[in-house]
Amino acid sequence: MAGVTVSNVSRSFGAHKALDDVSIDFADGGFYALLGPSGSGKTTLLRQIAGFDFPDTGRISIGGESVERVPVEKRRIGMVFQNYALFPNMSVADNVAFGLSVRGEAKTVIATEVQRALDLVQLGKLGGRKPHQLSGGQRQRVALARAIVTKPRVLLLDEPLGALDKALRVDMQIELKRIQREIGITTIFVTHDQEEALTMSDRIGILRDGRLVQEGPPEEIYDRPKSEFAATFLGDANIFRGDATGNGIRLADGTAIAAGVGDRLAAGAKASCAVRPERIRIATDAGTTDSNINTLKGQVSKRIFAGNNSTYFVDRAGQTLKVIVQNTGADLLAEGQDVVLRWSPESTVLIAAG
Amino acid sequence: MMTTRILEWLGRIYVWLLLAFLYLPIIIMALMSFNASPFYQLPFEWTTDWYASLWQNDQLISATWNSLKIAVITTIICVVLGTTASLALFRYEFRGKKLLQALLFPPIAIPWLITGTAMLIFFFGVGIGRGLFAILLGHVALALPYVIVVVSARLQTFAPELEEAARSLGANQWQVTNRVTLPWIMPGVIAGGLFAFAVSFDQFVVSYFLSTPGQTTLPVEIYAAIRKGFTPEINAVSTIIIVVSMALMLLTARFFKFGGEK
Ligand SMILES: Nc1ncnc2c1ncn2[C@@H]1O[C@H](COP(=O)(O)OP(=O)(O)OP(=O)(O)O)[C@@H](O)[C@H]1O
Ligand SMILES: [Mg+2]
Repeated sequence: MAGVTVSNVSRSFGAHKALDDVSIDFADGGFYALLGPSGSGKTTLLRQIAGFDFPDTGRISIGGESVERVPVEKRRIGMVFQNYALFPNMSVADNVAFGLSVRGEAKTVIATEVQRALDLVQLGKLGGRKPHQLSGGQRQRVALARAIVTKPRVLLLDEPLGALDKALRVDMQIELKRIQREIGITTIFVTHDQEEALTMSDRIGILRDGRLVQEGPPEEIYDRPKSEFAATFLGDANIFRGDATGNGIRLADGTAIAAGVGDRLAAGAKASCAVRPERIRIATDAGTTDSNINTLKGQVSKRIFAGNNSTYFVDRAGQTLKVIVQNTGADLLAEGQDVVLRWSPESTVLIAAG
Repeated sequence: MMTTRILEWLGRIYVWLLLAFLYLPIIIMALMSFNASPFYQLPFEWTTDWYASLWQNDQLISATWNSLKIAVITTIICVVLGTTASLALFRYEFRGKKLLQALLFPPIAIPWLITGTAMLIFFFGVGIGRGLFAILLGHVALALPYVIVVVSARLQTFAPELEEAARSLGANQWQVTNRVTLPWIMPGVIAGGLFAFAVSFDQFVVSYFLSTPGQTTLPVEIYAAIRKGFTPEINAVSTIIIVVSMALMLLTARFFKFGGEK
């Protein structure tokens, strides 16, 4: 077991910078999600850590040991690929045994270790099958068992659940998390799926165009995004753009929005405010006017009922805002209704325009 | 209903005609090797005399051995060189790779007559001359592109992640190749080997150019024998070869499904 440190790593393919000065500390035993849109460099970063590819500049160390000159097969990592990459000519048990077998372990040791790994992923009885006789979820489990049976220092997963359907995906998320806790292995997990990143990891790094945009625990990134991109990529956000006023921003029409979270910006600078849809309360009456609360008037243009909650799209001064309301049994608002939106400055994040 | 029936019958007849076209001459030749008359005269009179006299024909037997030896050695050399070359082309990017790949195909299309002439001139120029060694070199050069083409085609269906997965599990280059890549491309390697064997064993033109009277291969020897005067011994030796090669093909097909299993 070991932590991984990536320092100032850059990697270009031709003129294209796939990684641009990325530095991340992956804590020992932690579960770290790398999140980002397609082509943002997630796989490229993972491949540098695995040793399939090498940085142009920068350093990578595993367990404090610099690995620039260490080839993949000596790095003692476990890797799970998006398409499983199971050896088609070998049985499930032989697939799992592969890492121990190339290392020259004794047959009896291999047999016990393989059985233990298969039991851990709940496939104890399927050792004799061939990969093509398994379902997608089962193949994924075999890939996982194969990767951890050698007791690697780091587990690298590249969109391991990408090929599974939604229900199976959720099952596997829970399973994966359980196994990761059980063996306490440092895990780096690449995903497209923000929900997956939020629920599974204790830290998230968001990549965009090869740069690390923001990094931290899920709550922190969700509650204090540092850019519009981070705010809208991880979760939903309403974005207001205007000029900084010292304690918020002023919109083009003169409306002031107070922000209690985020950077302090010099008055007059271009800035935005981000508000999560579930932080906004929606009502039909003006109610008490508290000057500390952000208040906007608008009109419901669309309503989507989703059982446990409803989403309202509210039009206001040419902008459509999104509001999510828990289903508490109260009457739903009608489309076309005039409404008042309220949310506190503590729910408003000030972001420098960038 | 009716039309499908008719189509089915037409299909069946077509297949039988096709098989007859392919096999009738061979079957007749095989039958004649057991016929007493040396001039294809009927009625059919059973005999194994031609096989007995074949056994006495030292020239034909030694030519057969030459052919077999050359074909086997050609196959081994081409399979080893061809598979390694295909793996290298698959794994590595290097300067001139595209050019190399493009240049692998033309030799297949160049008429053997021309290749044979070129080889004869070249081998004389560099002092190798004619003979069995020259024939072997010629056959290897002819057969190698086939192996590379067939093995490379099979490699196209190989997922490179498999090699990466194996390496991440601690396998060195040798273990990766041996345990992961080779098992997958084996049907291609076997097919390539069969091609190489066939190209060499069937080879007439190039062998004819490069052989000397004592050092020759079976097709050249048969050609020479026919020119001297046809004997049913030729039928006999041909029949033996056909039986052996068909058995070989059927065995291979039985053990390796071409096109590949999952
Ligand atoms: N071997 C390569 N040669 C050339 N360009 C490459 C190579 N590998 C990656 N790239 C480029 O680098 C960029 C980042 O690719 P990468 O695969 O890391 O993205 P990703 O974040 O994993 O995307 P996805 O979510 O689609 O898997 C892309 O623009 C890609 O085209
Ligand atoms: Mg990727």
